[in-house]
Amino acid sequence: MINALSSDLEREVERRSGEKARLCYQCRKCSTGCLFDFAMDILPHQVIKLVQYGQKERLLKSRTIWICASCETCTARCPNDIDVARVMDTLREIALEEGVEPAEGNIPLFHKCFLGNIQATGRISEPILMGSYKTLSGDLFSDMGLALEMLKKGKIRIIPSVVKNRREVRRIFKEAKK
Amino acid sequence: MRTYSFFPGCSQLSSAEEYGISAVEVAEALGIRLEPLPDWSCCGASSAHMTNHVLSVALPGRDLALAKKEGRDLTAVCANCYNNLRSAQAELLSDEELAGKVEDIVGMDPRFEGKILPLLDIIMDEIGIKELEERVRRPLEGLKPVSYYGCLMSRPPGMMDSDNPDNPQFMDEMLSALGAEAKPWSYKTDCCGGSLSLTQTGIVVQLVNRLFDAAEEAGANCIVTACPMCLANLEMRQKEGRLRFNIEHHMPVFFITELLGLALGLEGTEEWFGKHLIDPQPLLVKAGLE
Repeated sequence: MINALSSDLEREVERRSGEKARLCYQCRKCSTGCLFDFAMDILPHQVIKLVQYGQKERLLKSRTIWICASCETCTARCPNDIDVARVMDTLREIALEEGVEPAEGNIPLFHKCFLGNIQATGRISEPILMGSYKTLSGDLFSDMGLALEMLKKGKIRIIPSVVKNRREVRRIFKEAKK
Repeated sequence: MRTYSFFPGCSQLSSAEEYGISAVEVAEALGIRLEPLPDWSCCGASSAHMTNHVLSVALPGRDLALAKKEGRDLTAVCANCYNNLRSAQAELLSDEELAGKVEDIVGMDPRFEGKILPLLDIIMDEIGIKELEERVRRPLEGLKPVSYYGCLMSRPPGMMDSDNPDNPQFMDEMLSALGAEAKPWSYKTDCCGGSLSLTQTGIVVQLVNRLFDAAEEAGANCIVTACPMCLANLEMRQKEGRLRFNIEHHMPVFFITELLGLALGLEGTEEWFGKHLIDPQPLLVKAGLE
């Protein structure tokens, strides 16, 4: 089941991102330079190979697509100019659209809280973001000391700065989700 | 005095307030006026491009449309904002179908054709190293910084118009001009894991500690950055390293604009430094710069 093929994955990735996974000749430069390799279950060069092979389910359920921080070291170094980080973005986007259970659920949850904050006020307010993420993840106490210290240093702005034309911002979210 | 539209960015209004304030004051002292973009909204940071491509172009697209109305070149000091604005601009000017879609969504023309420049590039181009050197009132002798560009300032290649994406130099040159002893090191563009700081703290603490180890090995006594996510992450997770790995790093992290302000002799620098989680005062006292 986990190896179910999707013969058009390579084309779907290309259609969404413009990136041609088939150009990869497995030099492994991307994986060699990746700083997050130690926390990944599939290395970046393997991700590209699995895109070629249509191994959609394996990719969408992997830790790797969420652990990748999009630092773009791989993108900068690929001899075939494949934007590997963009391929990761595309795989994350497909996984969310198809409702695949993420291997690292807190990461998409963080993105959801982050974007929810922008949708509501137009700008990020760190107390709103941290509050919503900490509440929804259930990880309430790990950074409590840090939050207090930041408050003491005047690094936390309590009253959020908001966009006046929030209707425009809400419209962006509504249309982008179509 | 040349005026630029300025994209302030969310973090410069809160956790990185000292970055926003020092940037505006340094620019002003150098004869560059930064006019905040009216009613700007968040660029979407990492969360937009990691989850929804249209959103990742339309959010900065609204800001680009506002910048187009203002009719001036645009600058940002946050590496992430700058990266998103530049990437969105490149897509909007090359993909007419996408540009039309974003125009419908934001209800304004997002095809901003002006320049988008990091503030440091503007300083380098309009003032230049030589004049900067002449304007120094308090040479930063005793500071031995390593320049930390992080991942978003130099990538993807072509993002910085002239510098080497694997071994950028402009911050080192700037710091030398200010009288500091910039140390060479190999970690200038290694990612600190900022976008995973809250969700994968264990991974991030490892990456951050490696950076401090390398900075110490290079003989540095501080790290200098131009990215608010890097600074927040390095300060927050340096402390955590003491708990997790029993490593005692006490290395302050500065925004490049704070050191510019200090060297130019601007007032109010102690307020900027007072906001840091890793107190830089002991180092500044030792260097005779308090």
